[in-house]
Amino acid sequence: MSAIDILAQVLRIAVPYLFAAAGGVLSERAGIVALTLEGYLIAGGFGAAVATYYTNQPWVGLLAAPLLGAAIAGIHALATIRYKADQVVSGVAINLLMAGAGAFFLRLMFDSSANSPRIPALGDGLGSGLAATFGQPLVWMAFLALPATWWLLERTAFGLRTRAVGEHPQAATSLGVSVSKIRVTAVLLSGAVTALGGAYLAFDQHKFTDGMSAGRGFIALAAVIFGRWEAPRALVACLLFAAAETLQIRLQGSPLLPSQFVEMIPYVLTIVALAGFVGKSAPPAALGKAEG
Amino acid sequence: MRKLLVVLGGLVLLHVALLFARPKGADASPATKRVRVGIVFDLGGRGDKSFNDGAYEGGERAIRELGADVTFIEPGEGSDREPGLRLLAAEGMDLVMGVGFIFTDDLNKLATEYPKTHFAGIDYAISTDSTGKVIPPPPNIAALKFREEEGSFLVGALAALAGGSKKLGFVGGMDSPLIRKFEAGYTAGVKHVCPDCEVIAQYAGVTPIAFRNPSRGKELALSQYQQGVKVIFHASGSTGLGVFEAARSMNALAIGVDADQFREAPGHVLTSMVKGIDAAVYDAIKRAQNGTFAGGIIGFGLAENGVGYVYDANNKAQIPDAVRAKVEALKAEIIAGKIKVPSTT
Repeated sequence: MSAIDILAQVLRIAVPYLFAAAGGVLSERAGIVALTLEGYLIAGGFGAAVATYYTNQPWVGLLAAPLLGAAIAGIHALATIRYKADQVVSGVAINLLMAGAGAFFLRLMFDSSANSPRIPALGDGLGSGLAATFGQPLVWMAFLALPATWWLLERTAFGLRTRAVGEHPQAATSLGVSVSKIRVTAVLLSGAVTALGGAYLAFDQHKFTDGMSAGRGFIALAAVIFGRWEAPRALVACLLFAAAETLQIRLQGSPLLPSQFVEMIPYVLTIVALAGFVGKSAPPAALGKAEG
Repeated sequence: MRKLLVVLGGLVLLHVALLFARPKGADASPATKRVRVGIVFDLGGRGDKSFNDGAYEGGERAIRELGADVTFIEPGEGSDREPGLRLLAAEGMDLVMGVGFIFTDDLNKLATEYPKTHFAGIDYAISTDSTGKVIPPPPNIAALKFREEEGSFLVGALAALAGGSKKLGFVGGMDSPLIRKFEAGYTAGVKHVCPDCEVIAQYAGVTPIAFRNPSRGKELALSQYQQGVKVIFHASGSTGLGVFEAARSMNALAIGVDADQFREAPGHVLTSMVKGIDAAVYDAIKRAQNGTFAGGIIGFGLAENGVGYVYDANNKAQIPDAVRAKVEALKAEIIAGKIKVPSTT
């Protein structure tokens, strides 16, 4: 065990958080609550595993994951933007739908409600050092996800519109920006990016396991809030959560601390940080509000 | 509006009346009695390649060999467990089984509500009062308990003798008394043959999600292998699939649980600690059929072949004959009662 091994572990654990946080920032800055990140992760893992299994080509899985993620995000967009449904309710519904759909389709396709068959992955996945970790393309893609989100939001016309739509949709409308078009695009992008995190989970395990996202979408959403809805801060927050989880793994063997206590570390960190350290955080003004 | 209410009322009455109607012939008892059994699986469901699949095999065998009528239910969410049991009990099944310790409270509740139905719980958790005395389960519940610590003791000894390292690993799923039993037996087995060996024991979490988090299992296993561990024993359901992935990527060894898990990572599975869940399920159905079903605690240990470890053509090459002989000797000593295996850490 060395410092490098520990660093590599932090980076690996951060991968699904980074993708999901990028999706969360995109969706929430456009004013749509991203409670659905957990569901997008499941969609991505499932899509990647199934497409890879049937074609035996991991890159097909890598393409299928964001497509399925965007498709599920499309349902959220349809419900909340077209039909102005409550965004939290729609988000919870989508998470429940995906949790059930994972097991249902596994059973239908592979006669197992728990696991998909073994799939080939991108990169050989041998070893656990830094080189081996970055041998997986999805790892370095994850570290580009939030910087790319920042660039998109702060340096492009689409980003300016997205932020306008999330802060003051009426003003955006008066300037001739189609609020629903921008929001739909942002939500679809959010689903696609987040799904890559699910694809990483599936490729890392060489299979899709029902429930394998294990709440990571919610941790990522916490990282978005922790990062005050700004991509660079969210990146730091993701790394912090991953570091806390690594600490938890490394500390657990020690007889001094009961495992229940160690298990609490990431969550306590969240509450402490939200309560005082990030200062006053203001969500996008129109977050959760249907247009008009 | 009134018309609608009348129609609706009529339909409700008809519906209630039909609840009491029994199909023709249902009352006439057939010449050979087909025992009706309902089984509710634990989270993870069929295809988990260990626990639930074992119960499924036992049920299938009862269908084939005893002509039993077996209904399987897979709860989607944790909250569906009790309704699943209730549905089966309300249908008047002869025997209703819950697969997993998580069913304990639900079984207790239903056993008092349906005192004439037989219930069985795999890994049913026996509760004790404040003085540590065992509170017996309701008389119509058979608690099918495996002495996992005995099987774990043997794989612990095997890992210490054949693993090639003084550091041994353990990855548990949800930190709970049941999984602690595996850890306790494993650690005792390691220390029995190698007093100065060290066991690193870690758990994936404190909620049932910890049985379905393979990514966490992989990271736990990687950190243990990095600390010099060569063999890891997992008792963590689907989380353990991540332990096998770690064994593959670190070219190390892992030990499976519940069923023979050799196929998860051929060449990296030293052995598996197997539980005869299929045999226990089959046995309970058989006794429900021939009328000898009785409540109480039914133990399955090494002596009853309820637990054991895998030694076959797949892993023969990794286990030297001397090690195998030593482990078999330990097994005989446990059965004879010369070694007492602890069940708590």
